[in-house]
Amino acid sequence: MSFIPTTENERTAMLEVCGAVSVEQLFEDIPKHLRPRSFSLPEGKSELEIHEHFEKLAGRNYSHLTSFLGGGFYDHFIPAAVDALASRSEFYTAYTPYQPETSQGTLQAIYEYQSQICRLTGLDVSNASLYDGGTALFEACQMAIHATGRRKVVLDGGVNPIYRKMIYSYTANLAIEFIETPVSHGQSDRGRVLEALDDHTAAVILQNPNFFGAIDDHSDIVQKAHSLGILAIQSVHPIALALLKTPHEQGFDIATGEGQSLGMPLSFGGPYLGFMAAAQFLIRKMPGRIVARATDASGREGFVLSLQAREQHIRREKATSNICTNEALCALRAHLYLSLLGKEGLKATARLCCDKAHYARERLKAVRGVAVMESAPIFNEFTIKLPIDAGECAGRMIELGFAAGFPLGRYYPGMENYLLVAVTEKRTKYEIGRFAEALEEVICP
Amino acid sequence: MPVIFEKSVTGRRGVSLPASDVPVRHTIPERYRRADDAPLPELSELDVVRHFTALSRKNYGVDTNFYPLGSCTMKYNPKITEKIAALPGFSTLHPLLPQLSRGGMLTQGALAVVYELEQALCEIMGMDAFTAHPLAGAHGELTGMMIIAAYHRDKGHRRTEILIPDEAHGTNPSSAAIAGFTIRPVPTDPATGVLIPEALEGILGEKTAAIMLTNPNTLGLFNPHIEQIAALAHRFDAQLYYDGANCNAILGKFRPGDANFDVVHVNLHKTFGTPHGGGGPGAGPVGVRKHLTPYLPISRIAKRSDNTYALDYDYPKSIGYIAPFYGNFGICLRAWAYILMQGARGLIDVSENAVLNANYVMHALKGVYEVPYPKTCMHECVLSAKKQAAYGVHAIDIAKALIDEGFHPPTVYFPLIVKEALMIEPTETESKGTLDAFIAAMKRIALLAQEDPEKFHAMPWTTPVGRLDETRAAKEMDVCSRG
Amino acid sequence: MATPTDRRYSKTHEWIKLEGTTALVGITAHAQEALGDITFVELPKIGIKVKKDGACGVIESVKAASDLNAPVAGQVVEVNRALESAPETLNADPWEEGWILKLANTTAAEMASLMDAAAYDAFVESEQ
Repeated sequence: MSFIPTTENERTAMLEVCGAVSVEQLFEDIPKHLRPRSFSLPEGKSELEIHEHFEKLAGRNYSHLTSFLGGGFYDHFIPAAVDALASRSEFYTAYTPYQPETSQGTLQAIYEYQSQICRLTGLDVSNASLYDGGTALFEACQMAIHATGRRKVVLDGGVNPIYRKMIYSYTANLAIEFIETPVSHGQSDRGRVLEALDDHTAAVILQNPNFFGAIDDHSDIVQKAHSLGILAIQSVHPIALALLKTPHEQGFDIATGEGQSLGMPLSFGGPYLGFMAAAQFLIRKMPGRIVARATDASGREGFVLSLQAREQHIRREKATSNICTNEALCALRAHLYLSLLGKEGLKATARLCCDKAHYARERLKAVRGVAVMESAPIFNEFTIKLPIDAGECAGRMIELGFAAGFPLGRYYPGMENYLLVAVTEKRTKYEIGRFAEALEEVICP
Repeated sequence: MPVIFEKSVTGRRGVSLPASDVPVRHTIPERYRRADDAPLPELSELDVVRHFTALSRKNYGVDTNFYPLGSCTMKYNPKITEKIAALPGFSTLHPLLPQLSRGGMLTQGALAVVYELEQALCEIMGMDAFTAHPLAGAHGELTGMMIIAAYHRDKGHRRTEILIPDEAHGTNPSSAAIAGFTIRPVPTDPATGVLIPEALEGILGEKTAAIMLTNPNTLGLFNPHIEQIAALAHRFDAQLYYDGANCNAILGKFRPGDANFDVVHVNLHKTFGTPHGGGGPGAGPVGVRKHLTPYLPISRIAKRSDNTYALDYDYPKSIGYIAPFYGNFGICLRAWAYILMQGARGLIDVSENAVLNANYVMHALKGVYEVPYPKTCMHECVLSAKKQAAYGVHAIDIAKALIDEGFHPPTVYFPLIVKEALMIEPTETESKGTLDAFIAAMKRIALLAQEDPEKFHAMPWTTPVGRLDETRAAKEMDVCSRG
Repeated sequence: MATPTDRRYSKTHEWIKLEGTTALVGITAHAQEALGDITFVELPKIGIKVKKDGACGVIESVKAASDLNAPVAGQVVEVNRALESAPETLNADPWEEGWILKLANTTAAEMASLMDAAAYDAFVESEQ
């Protein structure tokens, strides 16, 4: 299907203005021998055919499993108004707001989103978004390295293993030393973290709740870090922040995280949303776009992209980051989600996740053969130990209609029998009961 | 217009949730709890809907009117792609599913989309393998640089430099720097507006890891020397990187793989019609020639002999994970739908009309605005407002005047090597009528610049705000409305 | 105001003026005009040693961010803190009030290798 409006007659008239006899003439600069050796694709389809084609493909995905799968990415309720407003084409067909007079909608929305993230984390400044929670964590790491001039980072093993792998990939060519501290029984080894901090360390990176679901108060680690001139970074779950001690209250300098839970569908891995907030003194080191308030000559208030001199299009190789296109529309969705739920709605969501996770943990504990890791308090996710391989178990649970959770052995050697189970506000008491029954069936047939 | 927090009313409820149906009411121990509630706004659903509706009406998108930002490719975003991305079979899929045993069989439709998109991009760009993982163009550039770094490390080379033309987009040097390289800028030949092989003398050598090129370049010109440049680079085993931001000019006319480029990236949110979103989400898939496939990020998607798809992690030399999962799937899905709608002939039509439209605008305005490189351009043309600057009317003033005429301005002041640059990329989805209206407006503006340059200071005056004091904003740095 | 003759100039548009055993460093009127309204100055730490042409600070405007380069090698002994709260001073008076830092342990040879006012004016002409 073509979206090209130009008719043959119009083409002829335009060619005349160009002083050319054919469109081919306009491509004369491309040598004949450099034309494509092959350019073979299926013939173009109409809108109707395309719709049918993709409906069939969508049908080949089994999306009806009752999901207890998390790992940082959760099946949350998304209010209908989020889709309705985010699909207004003035928002989604706009470009980056470089001409502020015609983009006050986008700019104000971003300023408000920045404010939402600050209110959630307790920190002073936020940027307009990064790609996802993993790249956001890497960017925070870079900030600390540039701010301190040091090249050593302490990275806790309780941080999402996918993010840790990403950080190692990005720094492979960069001569940065990482000390990874171990976890045992789903908790960080506090002693080892504190021990690892010294005056050559640029940053200490922790996650709350950690990958196993355990919540903590890292204030003591942050205190020691600051005494040594180290920057403290916390990767957080945004829904949990409705209830949990904030990164600011614990003294952290930078907070990052995955914003998918704030109104983004799971969508097989993206688009997602990396959020970042930091203490005021780090504002000039922040990557990405930042929107600030401004006034015009008549005193009318508006918003404008600010501190652009840090960014790639001006500072080039000395920029704080290379990021250009970010996740603006996802940030808009997050802002919509937080506005629609509001203070009480987010708290209610968090309470439901927490209560239902605790209930599920009780029900699963009662299943013969299942042991739960109870040494640390949890929020929405917990770890259980099975008498069989967790991967095998998860595979058999799929046949019974459940995405039972994530087998931890995949990223933590030695934990092959452990399963990470997540519960959101969408799971009902009935579903949780059926889940426990199904698990019993699989473990003890 | 007040910010949303100013509209908050204590006690007002928005969207409500069901009551809890579990007999557990857990209290998180106090030492782990936040002291006060997060000061999020308290609004009704209607409050929120009105607020965002009002915001949207202060915005300008492709759906509003002509949006000729150079190198951004602001083409029409087909609505059917939105419908497809929202199909529950795609939108509700958890990315960890295929990593469970037996989970792969439940995501065959999604895996097929990514696999087939990667295959199609190989054919379109002439490359041997593609990865859909990079989440934006700049992210693709960084991934490409990391692949090149891994290649040289593996071969025992010590390569520290990346050569980049001075007209390149800022993401090129910044991406190379983040990958740990130093940048050597290469001057563009002022006579022809492209990078000539002679310019590499004394710069290209044993320290060079790669040369990054955009072709056509940011001046909209196709480089006739690329084969020579490729040969020179490969003599030193330096890799040749292709920035695909300007692909809208060359679909079906040129494939970087055929010209011996080693690594490419494409911008799905430019050439392949996915929406810009006000600044993303986008996607920047990266393609490589065979010798670089071992270094691609994992996981990859493999097609098995029974025609099913599976995740493949067996790449011991891979650079590892650069994204949490398989890329911005929702964007890849839209782009694949777009490619299937166009087919080969459709994509060729895209480039032919994109190039025709840009040349038409250039020829129509050449008497009125200076054309620094008066030759056939590709999908975008670069004009200069130097003539108008003589009257005190600069590129930025012309941009503001265009806003009052109802158009989004082109890119201004880029590329850096042209003074008072106006970079115009119409795209193929614009009609002759729209182009003629734009041309007429540009001519009116040129005339006004001559006759009454003072008038430009007050522009734009048809918008909710006029020119904003960016200096004061940068000094005051009010970037957050605190609770 | 004409380019002052009591100091010397670098190719990256800094000026340096000897005052006894230390040297004052700033940016030229041409530099501040090219940058536009200056919004932020990142000053170097006191005590650091800088190489000739080494970066020792950043000057930021709305549309650009330029490294401040040391015209000669030396040690930073003092910085103009007033610029932190009033960066616009660099625009208003780049030659006097807008001094940025003081260097010690500079060498006469390196000072002599810099341009004088006339040479600097010619250099700026040629760059246009």
